Amino acid sequence: MINRRSTLKSMALGAVSTLAIAAVGISSAQAENKELKIGFVGVTSGPAAAWGTSNVRSMQTRAAWINETGGVKIGNDTYNINIVTFDDQKDPKRAIAGMEKMAQEGVHYVVGPNVDDGAAAVRPVAEANGIIYFPYAFPKALYQKPASNAVLGMIANYQSGPAIYKYLKENKGVKKIAFVAANESDPLSQRDGGVEAAKALGLDIVAQNDTYQNDTRDFTPVLTPIVALKPDLLVLSGVAPANAPLLIRAARELGYEGLISTETAQDAKVLEEGAGEYANGFISVGGASTPEIASDAMKEFVTRYTKMFGEYNDESNTKVYALEYILDTLKANPAAINDVAEFKKTMDTFSAPNPFLKGDAKLSYVGSTSFGQKRQLSVPMVVNEYKDGAFQTLFVGSVD
Amino acid sequence: MEQVIANGLYLGAQYALIALGLTLIFALMNVLNFAHGQMYVLGGFITYTLYGQLGLPFVVALLASGVTLAIIGALMEKFLFRTVIRRSHREESTMLLAAATAFFFDAVILLLFGEKQRGVPKIVKGVFNDAGIIMPYDRMVVGVLAIAFIAAFVLYMQYSRVGRAMRALAQDRVAAQLMGVRVDRYSMIGFAMGAMLAGVVGGLLVTITGVNSGIGGPISIKAFLMVMIGGAGVVGGAIAGGFILGMMESVGLTVLREYGDVTYLVIFAALMVFLSVRPNGLMGKPWG
Repeated sequence: MINRRSTLKSMALGAVSTLAIAAVGISSAQAENKELKIGFVGVTSGPAAAWGTSNVRSMQTRAAWINETGGVKIGNDTYNINIVTFDDQKDPKRAIAGMEKMAQEGVHYVVGPNVDDGAAAVRPVAEANGIIYFPYAFPKALYQKPASNAVLGMIANYQSGPAIYKYLKENKGVKKIAFVAANESDPLSQRDGGVEAAKALGLDIVAQNDTYQNDTRDFTPVLTPIVALKPDLLVLSGVAPANAPLLIRAARELGYEGLISTETAQDAKVLEEGAGEYANGFISVGGASTPEIASDAMKEFVTRYTKMFGEYNDESNTKVYALEYILDTLKANPAAINDVAEFKKTMDTFSAPNPFLKGDAKLSYVGSTSFGQKRQLSVPMVVNEYKDGAFQTLFVGSVD
Repeated sequence: MEQVIANGLYLGAQYALIALGLTLIFALMNVLNFAHGQMYVLGGFITYTLYGQLGLPFVVALLASGVTLAIIGALMEKFLFRTVIRRSHREESTMLLAAATAFFFDAVILLLFGEKQRGVPKIVKGVFNDAGIIMPYDRMVVGVLAIAFIAAFVLYMQYSRVGRAMRALAQDRVAAQLMGVRVDRYSMIGFAMGAMLAGVVGGLLVTITGVNSGIGGPISIKAFLMVMIGGAGVVGGAIAGGFILGMMESVGLTVLREYGDVTYLVIFAALMVFLSVRPNGLMGKPWG
């Protein structure tokens, strides 16, 4: 006799069977490829979540794309990419735990951490466990000998800052410059680097000690005394994307009419919502593959990212690169898949087409001038100016 | 100096409004609501979605923020805090529960609204610039609204039946119960009101400072600071604490700017000394 209970039971059994068959089907399809684990240790929660989230989502988007199109061929094997993630909450202790987790899982290539202290903290773990990691942090000691396992994933402020200030001095008549930074290691070290660069250019530094708590919501009291000094250029050293529109808006509302710049990557939508037309003219070091120079592959990446996560983040124009470099270097030397010493050897001579830029741009490792060894990803140094909801390229530079 | 005072008064008004909801919940239930900042963030995101994204009138969005958070607060009290208070004899159980809800809200907000800083169009454009004071009109509107909300809240607590019942509960829970005050009912209303205040101030301030999923914790810490200065569970204390903190911040950031970020160092040092002298804060006892 069929009653309600037996009907529900049959439906439940049917559902479980269907799921089981589907799971077996999926796993057998994926079993044809080996698995390559690539790690991410960075901040994906808290006030700085935007930095790490754009990182990890770039990796996940690219990995899903690669897996969907059959995986990546390295040597004689084809691999599906599995992104292993760990949120370090911008805490060095958790970053160490994250790197230890990567070591336990047999991961040899890790993207992150996103900040200076986290990147410095994980160094012993990475070196002891044969992990190459790609921080978005600027301390030179991470990339100079005897260190050799860290590879800077972007342009450092001491590389972009002098270029920006020089451009603004020569083209916009900047003479007086003021710095303001969050009271944290990254922004403070970026401020110090900026001050040195400004001094070297002979600029008049009218403010360099002004700082704020990173969780400040109202910047009017912070900026009131700085605006009164009437600098030609206000540098928001190492500013988090969440704080940039608030600082810009507060400065403009206080009547500041000079230029505003930063050396960190920003997001146009965030600036538009938070500062509106006040953000016009704001200069930042933008993504490495902006619309003007983006290839069709980059455009497809943006489409896939948007489809996967609902909204694109302009910071990913730079953060798309790390995974690509790892995979292309492994393709160039398959022995490096479990041996980072082989990876390091390959870095010195590595060159591959840059899929994210128009023309014949190349992927290669740089950093000889800044670090004495090739421990930096070569990404274009695109200096942007925000205008009415979008970034416009001011100039494109490069780093050795 | 006029600008510094104006900045301090504006900051104080917004801080006081943030602290009110926290102190109300503490007064009624002896619960330190660690999720207060997350409730503020949720209120901000609701206003962002309705006003900034869907284009509904700002007042509607603000009301929706308040009502939604009031419902969430009532449900939290009924199904979480009431149960824990009944079953546990240890006060720290409610603190752990509050911390857990804070983490839960953090995760949910990040999932629902993403990692980016969000902002909405200004509710009033233009900047007042006269007599040495520069103040955008929208800040003036928000400052006035904050003071109006504070006044309305104080009057409601003073003269309404619900307010009197809640004050009785805060003064002596057992005596109030013996006098016929329905403890469960008014605890739930109080928690809902506290949460509603957090939602309203979040919705109000999203027009000035925007909102992002990571600011809940820091907002809670600042609110605790104000409550500690004024005296936990004392409405007047929360208001005083808000204005004192706002003024200290404004003056400190101007006077001490040459020495780096020492303003909060000085504030915390002063707070330690102050609390060692007056451990119950300025007003020091439940209001009544």
